[in-house]
Amino acid sequence: MSSTVLFRRGRVIDPRNGVDGVRDVLVRDGKVVEVSEALLPVPSSAEVVDATGKWVLPGFIDLHVHLREPGEEGKETVLTGCRAAVAGGFTAVVAMPNTKVVNDSGMVTELVLSRARAANLCHVYPAGAITKGLKGEELAEMGELVSAGCVAITDDGRPVMNAALMRRALQYSTQFDVPIMVHEEDLTLSSGGAMHEGPTSTRLGLRGIPASAEVAMVARDLVLLEETRARLHLAHVSCEGSVRLIREAKRRGLRVTSEVTPHHLILDDRAVGDYDTHAKMAPPLRSDRDVEALREAVADGTVEAIATDHAPHGVLDKLVEFEKGINGIVGLETALGLTLELVHAGVLTAKRAVELLTHGPAKAFGLPGGHLAPGAPADVTVVDPQEEWTVDAHRFYSRSRNTPFHGRKQKGRVVQTWVGGRKVFENGQVGQKESR
Amino acid sequence: MRHLLGIEGWRRDELESLLDRAQAHLPGKPDTTHVLRGRVVANLFFEDSTRTRTSFHMAAKGLGASVMNWTQTGSSVSKGETLLDTARNIEATGVAAIVMRHKSSGAPHLVAKHVRCAVINAGDGTHEHPSQALLDAFTLRQRWGSLDGRTVVIVGDILHSRVARSNLLCLKALGARVVMCGPPTLIPPGLEAMGAEVTHNLDAALPGADAVMCLRLQTERQSENFLPSTREFARLFGLNAAREERMKPEALVLHPGPINRGVEIAPAVADGARSVILEQVSNGVAVRRAILEVCAS
Ligand SMILES: [Zn+2]
Repeated sequence: MSSTVLFRRGRVIDPRNGVDGVRDVLVRDGKVVEVSEALLPVPSSAEVVDATGKWVLPGFIDLHVHLREPGEEGKETVLTGCRAAVAGGFTAVVAMPNTKVVNDSGMVTELVLSRARAANLCHVYPAGAITKGLKGEELAEMGELVSAGCVAITDDGRPVMNAALMRRALQYSTQFDVPIMVHEEDLTLSSGGAMHEGPTSTRLGLRGIPASAEVAMVARDLVLLEETRARLHLAHVSCEGSVRLIREAKRRGLRVTSEVTPHHLILDDRAVGDYDTHAKMAPPLRSDRDVEALREAVADGTVEAIATDHAPHGVLDKLVEFEKGINGIVGLETALGLTLELVHAGVLTAKRAVELLTHGPAKAFGLPGGHLAPGAPADVTVVDPQEEWTVDAHRFYSRSRNTPFHGRKQKGRVVQTWVGGRKVFENGQVGQKESR
Repeated sequence: MRHLLGIEGWRRDELESLLDRAQAHLPGKPDTTHVLRGRVVANLFFEDSTRTRTSFHMAAKGLGASVMNWTQTGSSVSKGETLLDTARNIEATGVAAIVMRHKSSGAPHLVAKHVRCAVINAGDGTHEHPSQALLDAFTLRQRWGSLDGRTVVIVGDILHSRVARSNLLCLKALGARVVMCGPPTLIPPGLEAMGAEVTHNLDAALPGADAVMCLRLQTERQSENFLPSTREFARLFGLNAAREERMKPEALVLHPGPINRGVEIAPAVADGARSVILEQVSNGVAVRRAILEVCAS
């Protein structure tokens, strides 16, 4: 393994440092050493990556991933999830705590971290639960979770319905300065719903989930945020009303960040088609108008991150009546292609797209990486912006195949992923051997 | 072989020819007991419905088919068998068609994607009930000759009614104007996009109606707070004698049954001269024979 790598003549897009142009990037001992407009001399023993015609980007960071371990290893493990991550160009993922054995204690956090060390592919940052067992009743030991390595606190998968408890969680978090990440869903409004409430749910005769189920909770939590002066991160924002409230809260200086998934930016509720459970998720795919508002919000900086909400499920979880189908789709291996669709459509500039996958999420959670200035971790994703390919779920590194994008044509693909100056993915192959 | 998953997906001429075919299955018409002779039709009912099940049963028998009746009670579904397992097992016995009723919208669509026999939707969740809509259209056509330019008011719990959805699609396809009427909590969004007009004022809608279709009100809607009370519902949306006065003299009254007398419809109206409720029931068998003939032969 070479400890010195020279990425030669790639188009470096590093939004945090204002770089967009052909550069040489030299990394050594896991760090970026130099980014140069001029040709750099090749150091002896350096591995040279000819990046002509390619994009050389900071490694992608996904704030929202379900690795399913411990407890549902048949769907995904830390190892298989990390493989999927690096195959998708991600060098860091935040692992949600709604595993079977919830990550509500330092022990579980340590287990996830030790599995990640064994996988030895990308950075895994666990998120700890807000409440014990995700029951929404008592606060989990946030101090222990943070000191064990959790970078965010969340009950993702479900909301904290009790407003007083939510207020305490926000208050309590300020002593650690971690973001409280929220899945916004008023369960009394979403109850029994299977998809977005609109003309499509009417046509299909499915109980709808109104946009207000999300927006009302966003409003509540922004009010609590203002009182507590904590940090709030809104997971998988899905509707126009939420975006409007976030914009307004930011204008008033509240510390709120948010993320949108690629699928909420690409698909609307019509993707449910004739009861396709692969288009079933929480929050549901919304109206075309909501999609439009989300696209504006990621473009104009209201939303800082594109995050996948990678949610692996088994085949049988989806091969059922729509109402019974489990929510969620896998996302790590399709995120770049879908984000680039927005670039090709003129919704995002290439630079903004890269920012949403790198510096935006890094900044939201205060994570290392996300840029390529000297001293930054040598987490690098090399993309061929021209390569045309077709999504094939059967070839995913993820242990699960639940995606509505199987067979979709994409332009632009990850060709290499480097973590800490070490190549972990190249041309469809995850470099790390199976451990165990 | 062809599925009947809903009225959606059927063209006007296809619906017309199906209704024409039903004509030939009315009592007193030439013998059709050979049409499905030697074939098996499976009645797969995950939700109770004596009326629809019996009607399909009689229709299949009348075409010479044998009928396999399957009900959820005591079946392997309670032992965790999935819908698809059940459907595939039934298909494996060599049936020509599966007639299914299920509480989940889209359940017949799921089955249709995974079996090779015909799937006939006998009511799925709050989605569609195509055979009911066809027999309603058949009944109206019998009276009017054509539905073109006629106005049908559908009143009641539109939100949860598969009958309302199928009727909207069917009546529109056959040239009628459809007005949906009910309290705002029971009117789903986007009906206009499906071609309906929407009103919350039954009194205003009645004078323009050539037919009024009352839907059954499920009493649990009250406990779910869709309504303050069935009493208030009856006051605002019940078809009573005073409202009947507002209707055109020749206008018809329909109800898919079973009826809550005194809630969505007053007994005198249900049994009155303009009511075609019993004709709906007797036409049901002829229409379902035509459906089986088209789908299962
Ligand atoms: Zn999630």
